[in-house]
Amino acid sequence: MARARVYVTLKEGILDPQGKTVLRALKSLGYEEVEDLRIGKYMELALDGGDEEKLEARLLEMCEKLLANPIIENYRVEVEA
Amino acid sequence: MRFGVVVFPGSNCDHDCYYVIDRVLGQPVDYVWHGSTDVAGYDCLVLPGGFAYGDYLRTGAVARFSPVMKAVEKFAAAGGFVIGICNGFQILLEAGLLPGAMMRNTGLKFICRFVNIRVETASTPWTSGAQVGQVLKIPIAHNEGNYQVPHRVLVETKGQGQVVFRYCSPEGSVLPEFNPNGATENIAGVCNPEGNVLGLMPHPERASEPELGSVDGLVIWRSLLDYCGVEVAP
Repeated sequence: MARARVYVTLKEGILDPQGKTVLRALKSLGYEEVEDLRIGKYMELALDGGDEEKLEARLLEMCEKLLANPIIENYRVEVEA
Repeated sequence: MRFGVVVFPGSNCDHDCYYVIDRVLGQPVDYVWHGSTDVAGYDCLVLPGGFAYGDYLRTGAVARFSPVMKAVEKFAAAGGFVIGICNGFQILLEAGLLPGAMMRNTGLKFICRFVNIRVETASTPWTSGAQVGQVLKIPIAHNEGNYQVPHRVLVETKGQGQVVFRYCSPEGSVLPEFNPNGATENIAGVCNPEGNVLGLMPHPERASEPELGSVDGLVIWRSLLDYCGVEVAP
C-alpha cells in the first residue's frame, strides 16, 4: 500500500476571496505580522501499487484531469511507496 | 425544435427549464438523465442550474465526467446547440467547452437577486433577436460566479466575439459597482467561437413569464428559435 499527498493551490494572480477574509480575521485578532494568506486544498490518497515513479505519473494525470483545474490552480504531489 | 434538459444528480433548475420550453415556448422537450449516452434527435441541450454532485471538489468538476457529457461534447462539436445555465455553465467550463473557470464570489456570499446584463454581441444564435447594448433583467443565484480567465485567453475570447453578456447598470453601463461577484471584466456569459455553445450565470428560465417579474429571459430562448426558423406564438 502506498500513500500520496496532493496539494492544490491557487495560481498567482488569482484573487482568493476566502483567503482575504481569513487574513482580515487574523489581523483583527492582532496577528499584524500576517501579510498574505492563500487557501488551498490538501488530499490524502491510499494507492495500490509499489512503483513510485509510475504512481507519481498517474497522480499527476489525476491532478490534470480532475483534482485540480489547471486554469486557476497549481498542484504538487508526494508519494510514499 | 426538440430540446433535451440534462438532469445531473443535484440539478434543481431542470423542471423550471422544462416548464418554460414546454409551456411558454411550446416546444417538445424531454429530460435526459446524466447516465444516458444518447442525445440523438435533439436540436438543443440545456444544462440546468443546481449543484451537480454537490459541487464537491469544484463546481462542475465531477459532473463533467458524467457519461452524458461525452455525448454533449460530440453533439456540440457537430454544431448542436448547448446552453449551460449557472451550474450548467460551470460544467461547460470544467469540460473545456467554454474558456475560463469559476471562483467563489468575491463577497463570499451566495447571491440570489435580479441583475442587469448587457448584450455584447447580436451575432450569436442566442442573441440574434437582441440589439447590442440591450439590457436584460434576469436573476442570478450562485456562490461561484466569479469568472476567471487567463489574460491570453481573455484577449482571444474577446477578439472572437465570444463575450455575450456583461453585468451592468439598469441603463447598460458596464461598471465595477454593477459586478455582483468579481467576474473578470463583468463577464456574465460567454460562447464558443462557433457560437452554438453558450454559458451564462443568470437564469433566463426564471425570467420568462410576467408573473416572475421579468420576461427578458425570453429574448434568449426566442432568439434561438428565430435563428432556427421556428415560429413561436407571441
